[in-house]
Amino acid sequence: MQLEQILQYSFSGLSTGAIYALIGIGFSIIFNATGIINFAQGEFVMLGGMLTLFFLELLHLPLWAAVPCAVAVSALAGILFERLAIRPLRQPTPINLVIITIAGSILIRGLAMLLWGKDTHAIPPFSGDEPISIAGATILPQHIWILTITVLIIAVNKFFFYHTISGKAMRACSYNRRAASLVGIDVRRMVLFSFIISSMLGSLAGIIVAPLTMTAYDVGIMLGLKGFCAAIIGGMSSGIATVVGGLILGVLESLGAGLISSGYKDAIAFIILLLILFIRPQGLFGKAESERV
Amino acid sequence: MKRELLKFLFFAVLILAAPLVFTGGYLMNVLVFVGINTMLAVALNLLLGYAGQISLGHAGFFGIGAYLSGILTATYGWNAWLAMPLAALTVGILAGLIGFPILKLKGHYLAMATLGLGIIIYIVFNETVDLTGGPSGLSGIPNLAIGSLVFDNDLKNYYLIWTFGLAVVLFCVNLAGSRVGRALRAVNDSEVAARVMGVDARILKVQVFALSAVISSLAGSLYAHTMTFVSPASFGFNFSVELLTMVVIGGLGSVYGSFLGAALLTLLPELLRGAQDYDIIIYGGLLMIMVMFMPGGLVRGLPELFRRAARRREGAGNA
Repeated sequence: MQLEQILQYSFSGLSTGAIYALIGIGFSIIFNATGIINFAQGEFVMLGGMLTLFFLELLHLPLWAAVPCAVAVSALAGILFERLAIRPLRQPTPINLVIITIAGSILIRGLAMLLWGKDTHAIPPFSGDEPISIAGATILPQHIWILTITVLIIAVNKFFFYHTISGKAMRACSYNRRAASLVGIDVRRMVLFSFIISSMLGSLAGIIVAPLTMTAYDVGIMLGLKGFCAAIIGGMSSGIATVVGGLILGVLESLGAGLISSGYKDAIAFIILLLILFIRPQGLFGKAESERV
Repeated sequence: MKRELLKFLFFAVLILAAPLVFTGGYLMNVLVFVGINTMLAVALNLLLGYAGQISLGHAGFFGIGAYLSGILTATYGWNAWLAMPLAALTVGILAGLIGFPILKLKGHYLAMATLGLGIIIYIVFNETVDLTGGPSGLSGIPNLAIGSLVFDNDLKNYYLIWTFGLAVVLFCVNLAGSRVGRALRAVNDSEVAARVMGVDARILKVQVFALSAVISSLAGSLYAHTMTFVSPASFGFNFSVELLTMVVIGGLGSVYGSFLGAALLTLLPELLRGAQDYDIIIYGGLLMIMVMFMPGGLVRGLPELFRRAARRREGAGNA
């Protein structure tokens, strides 16, 4: 095993890890606002990729216009999901919430299959596919896009949660919903917000990864689960911990695929997931009371 | 208890007499699947409906049962009647061991952990090509046989499967009505309260998890011997969700509800043969509608609906 190879696997692992991190942050935002693990999170990732393809190929929009359109439609899907599935639920027990989000994810997947068929589609890379060589390993321009956009999103996220009224209100909800509502925060609106933000984050992740991995109506399950895994490693925080969780997962997975067997690549993520859940359900970096949102 | 027995006898007669009405190989074949799915749904319902512990990995236990039976008989030439209990025992031990750490988790976390477990099992089926045949599957699994009676056609399989199916139903009806069943419901309502009353919730949860896995494994073995072929596609995440749908549609905590859910979800796609691509939407839609409007499932929701309709009719008559 050469150093270059390890470097190569680590590079590609970092960029897929960034994707997992974005999806994971989506999970934790909803979890903190509502206590729900949204099993449909992966479907928003799928929607991001498929909608971008739709706007690019059928409506012939340029990429810079197709991306915001896709994100906007995904956000709309997030709103509809919260309004039609989550809010009307009369007995919001954990089991019912698990079932309803699974049902939602199946419905979204089914609708996507009806609209776009079962084929896998490719989205062209944002800026060519000429590999760039760094220290003996090569990376694609799309990897750089992914890392840059992820860093940008994390920064925007941080700004939103710490420097805007809505963001602070959402944090308040995640600390204590009752107290938040006592000081005049509309908790239900914050729940809706959390679904909008996480569907946007998810779809963005789906858009930037699609040129690397192809997209299809059913890519959401795996990506969603990996994202959840990242969120669990990060202790359900929406900050750096989850990003680190995603990156760790991405690199381990990539190394495992390269060094052990590519067939067991997906199993690695789930073994890590189980281990974390068994041993440290509060996350790798979590103190007893970890900072959330 | 006497009423329960009558109910069961009625159900058993209904099942045993069904082939007199529903003849034809194709339909019989579908009814064999109703039987297998009923066992699986009843098993999952013990865990989900009675103990209140969700599992999204039961397709994995079903698969291990099917593969162990298949591999032992097809590859190593074992007698199927030996392979089946050995598979069930293995699955039981496995589920018992994994049950301790996994059932410490609650709600959403438990759902995710069991889901992860199911997917790991699925990946192993795909990757251990030497053992399982990988994605192309394992064929040449022998039919079950008693002496010269080989269960090789749909009618024989129907009675074979439903002999086991009825035994599972009877066992679970009894269990649900017993002390253990009450303890399970107590754990479901409030684990702390159940503990206070002297129920060892931790052990009980692991026991019911293992029991549920053993029944699933048994259903898997029967599946392997009736199909004579297994492939990983039948044991994926989607099937776990399908099982969950059966249990929820039928009614949590109702054995006969699980039969209803299993029958409905097995027959429905067959009736909608032309609209095969739509069945994923139908599952999702049904699941959503049930949780939102009939959280008690069909067994509680339908009578309620009739009662409400009757009341409305009465109201209209009075006006």
